[in-house]
Amino acid sequence: MANNVYFEDVSIGDKLPEWSRKTDFMNWNRYAAVNDEFVYIHMDDEAGRKGLNEQGAFGMGNLRYAYIVNALQAWIGDEAQVREIGCQFRAINQKNDVLTVVGTVTAKEVSDGEHRIMLDIDVLNQKGEPTCPGHAVLSVPSRLS
Amino acid sequence: MSDQAEPETLVTEDMILRQGRWGSERDSPPVSESDIRKWAIAVYWPETPPPVFWDAVYAATTRWGTIIAPPDFNPFAWPIVTEKPKVATKAASSGEVKARKLRGMNGGQVDTYGVPMRPGDVITARNRLRDWDERQTRLGHTLFTYSETEWHNQQGELVKRRVSTAILY
Repeated sequence: MANNVYFEDVSIGDKLPEWSRKTDFMNWNRYAAVNDEFVYIHMDDEAGRKGLNEQGAFGMGNLRYAYIVNALQAWIGDEAQVREIGCQFRAINQKNDVLTVVGTVTAKEVSDGEHRIMLDIDVLNQKGEPTCPGHAVLSVPSRLS
Repeated sequence: MSDQAEPETLVTEDMILRQGRWGSERDSPPVSESDIRKWAIAVYWPETPPPVFWDAVYAATTRWGTIIAPPDFNPFAWPIVTEKPKVATKAASSGEVKARKLRGMNGGQVDTYGVPMRPGDVITARNRLRDWDERQTRLGHTLFTYSETEWHNQQGELVKRRVSTAILY
């Protein structure tokens, strides 16, 4: 069993351990294959430029969302649960971008019989630019139960 | 009133009729261990994904007792027939608004998760136009529509609820 995080050990202001991934066609093609997401703007530079991205093809928002899930799950471990994720796709990500999921704990509460941690989250590119601001709610174990 | 004048509302009669009404349901194919494994490999590439997504022996030691899918797993990928569920999500379909072509943007989403998906699950999806909001923004008169999708497993347990925001102006 993997209990990484207990409710009592988390404080408001704590940072989510950063989770990074350099993305290119190797990541995008695999994601397209499992999600049946074969869209020209994510596969072909010419199509990407026609889509008003000068650098060509660009990454999927859904894959960035998956990276948020991965970062949260990596922190809390297998026994805890992601309860909610909200985000906005404010910017696209380019080929070879290094994306880093970041987060800060904003609140804690016990509700619906669960010990919950709230975070502000985002996915930054290698320039530190936000691409996907949002929030998350996690259900984690308590040392008292 | 000139052609450039903005309408008083972007809400259509069609939207009002459909508000809150669930559309047709559709079922996923049964979720397989292989589907989950491949999904996990793709979203964790190039690292090895956590064993709870692919190692049945390890997964049996967790609270879940079995392999589970990552929360973002999509059991509806690769349909034999691509069919969109019947539900109102487009604003401009009738009346005065139809005369003006609207632009749209993805305004984001909020996903709430219930029980995890497991091998053998058949997921049933339904969706509806939940509500909307209109206001002046830097884009002009702007309509925000909120569409809601629910996934339940074969036991009727909630797996996921997504509220998607579409921005039309």
